[in-house]
Amino acid sequence: MLELRDLAAVRSNTLLFRRLGLLLHAGEALRVAGPNGAGKTTLLRVICGLTEPARGEVRWDGTPIRELGDDYRARLAFLGHQEGHFGDLSAAENLRLAGAPVTGSVVDEVLRRVGLSALADQPARFLSQGQRRRLGLARLLLRVAPLWILDEPLTGLDRQGVELTAHLLAGHLADGGLAVLTTHQDLPGLDGVLRHLDLGA
Amino acid sequence: MLGQVFRRELLLAWRRPGDTLLPLTFFVIVGSLFPLGVGAEPQLLRSIGPGAVWIAAVLATLLGLPRLFAADQHSGALEQLLLSPAPLAALVAVKVLAQWLTGGLPLALAAPLLALGFGLDFADLGVLLAGLLLGTPLLNLLGAISAALTLGLRGGGALLGLLVLPLYVPVLIFGSGAVQAAALGFGAGANLSLLAAMLVLALVFAPWATAAALRISLD
Amino acid sequence: MFGPTLDRLAAPKFFYPFAGRLLPWLGTLAAALLLLGAGWGLALAPADYQQGDSYRIMFIHVPAAWLSMLTYMVMAGGAFVFLVWRMKLADMLAKCCAPLGAAFTALTLITGSLWGKPMWGTWWAWDARLTSELVLLFLYLGLIALRGAIDEPQRAGRATALLALVGVVNIPIIHFSVEWWNTLHQPASLTRMDGPAIHPAMLTPLLLMIAGFTVYFAAVLLQRLRCEILERERDARWLVELDAP
Repeated sequence: MLELRDLAAVRSNTLLFRRLGLLLHAGEALRVAGPNGAGKTTLLRVICGLTEPARGEVRWDGTPIRELGDDYRARLAFLGHQEGHFGDLSAAENLRLAGAPVTGSVVDEVLRRVGLSALADQPARFLSQGQRRRLGLARLLLRVAPLWILDEPLTGLDRQGVELTAHLLAGHLADGGLAVLTTHQDLPGLDGVLRHLDLGA
Repeated sequence: MLGQVFRRELLLAWRRPGDTLLPLTFFVIVGSLFPLGVGAEPQLLRSIGPGAVWIAAVLATLLGLPRLFAADQHSGALEQLLLSPAPLAALVAVKVLAQWLTGGLPLALAAPLLALGFGLDFADLGVLLAGLLLGTPLLNLLGAISAALTLGLRGGGALLGLLVLPLYVPVLIFGSGAVQAAALGFGAGANLSLLAAMLVLALVFAPWATAAALRISLD
Repeated sequence: MFGPTLDRLAAPKFFYPFAGRLLPWLGTLAAALLLLGAGWGLALAPADYQQGDSYRIMFIHVPAAWLSMLTYMVMAGGAFVFLVWRMKLADMLAKCCAPLGAAFTALTLITGSLWGKPMWGTWWAWDARLTSELVLLFLYLGLIALRGAIDEPQRAGRATALLALVGVVNIPIIHFSVEWWNTLHQPASLTRMDGPAIHPAMLTPLLLMIAGFTVYFAAVLLQRLRCEILERERDARWLVELDAP
């Protein structure tokens, strides 16, 4: 369960948002909307614990994330604008060396699910943006994390990729996971399930 | 988790041999500038030799420091590192270790060759090597703090250098001093012990300070 | 947690007038001490039997060196308080200290050079203290450069604070290593910059000058802090917006 309490954030002496309060339960997803510069990415980073809020706190299962530290980070998976792939490693190597040790067969399975099996041994820097996004999704699948935080996950994806993302997200929520995401586009099949937060209203 | 990061760093360095070879080449070039600058009189070279090799090692290390975090910051991998469940200080220590193995260690091993060009004799070469084996990890550990503080800032390498060079002064003094003391017959023990003590302190505090600096820089 | 009085004082809104009331007193005291010390030291104290009248630059050199170190300690204290307790005034304190410390260090180096010329015949000697001060100057310049290079105010304050603390831990190590280096390379018979023991007739004016410099430092620091408070209040409109209905 994710809770935002009286959250406020400042960037470059500008107040981005304030008095943000919210409770997100298992199986729920939050879609953050707003114009450019409204603070969507900052909010995601605050929820991750990367950025300190000017006021308020984020709580996971009742405990402030500042106290949880590594325990909280074990439960979250973040996919940002830049996916965090290593260009000199192949797609498969990126997944194999991503975090916790995984077997080759698990990596192959995950690559198959995101449709990158053919490119498993390609250096990541040769992948298109859409392919890198899919690789990011693959990494999400490898992390068994209840909280997904996705910053513009649909950028650069074709229709198949968008459907894949929606499908994986739906599966994650059905398994009891939570998600917070920003996106301009619509997620097929999920619009009814998503909760909305509008920044800069 | 730590093992994965370590293997990944070594694999990346293996795929980019330039990251190792470039500073090494720079090291030899800078070392060679000294005789060109002060003249090749053997007595003079023997007296400036230890200092010159150490200065070249310091500058070559400086050159390699940005690659510790800069590429990862551009790709987003650094954020992922900060969000991993393992303690950040430990992850930093692993990255610095990998950087030393592929940067500082080759430098230390190449130093005796450069030192031969200054006419140092074999016993002194041993002291030089020992000092650099203790000193190059120190340079990497202290440099990591500066690299983390100056992430993504304009002024880049020069700013990084300005911040870290004062911290390098003791390392230079003890490292070079060890060889000079040995050459004068006083024994290098005292200088090398001081280097070792500094290394132990740095191993304990530098990764932690670097982790704090990373969190500040990525706020 | 410092007690309600200190907490209240640390809020810029209260500190500004408080500093304003203190300033005239500090300024007058500093002027008095400096005039007295300088007059006594430059005119009344006897000439040194070894160095003649040129030693008198010590009355500026030694206090400047003392202040260059004191400023760093004050700055490091502010840095620590800012990082641990997020007190904004502490960050402002650290920010104001850096240029002051650099100035005192530069003054130490210049007066040291002026003192050294008649003593050693060169404009610069790699004496242990001067070399330590030189490295200290680099530390100060690094702090100023780092703060200037970071646009985001949050990051600038915290990064500089961390650097200040890293520096304060390293200063004893650097100082020790420079002393070590000096004994390795200089013969022990070379006269140290302070001279052997200080003649009691010279001690009192020296202490007056040190006290005067210190009070002067406090006065200038408070003045700079007041300016910094004004600047930040101008930029921190978000603080008001945060609590608006």
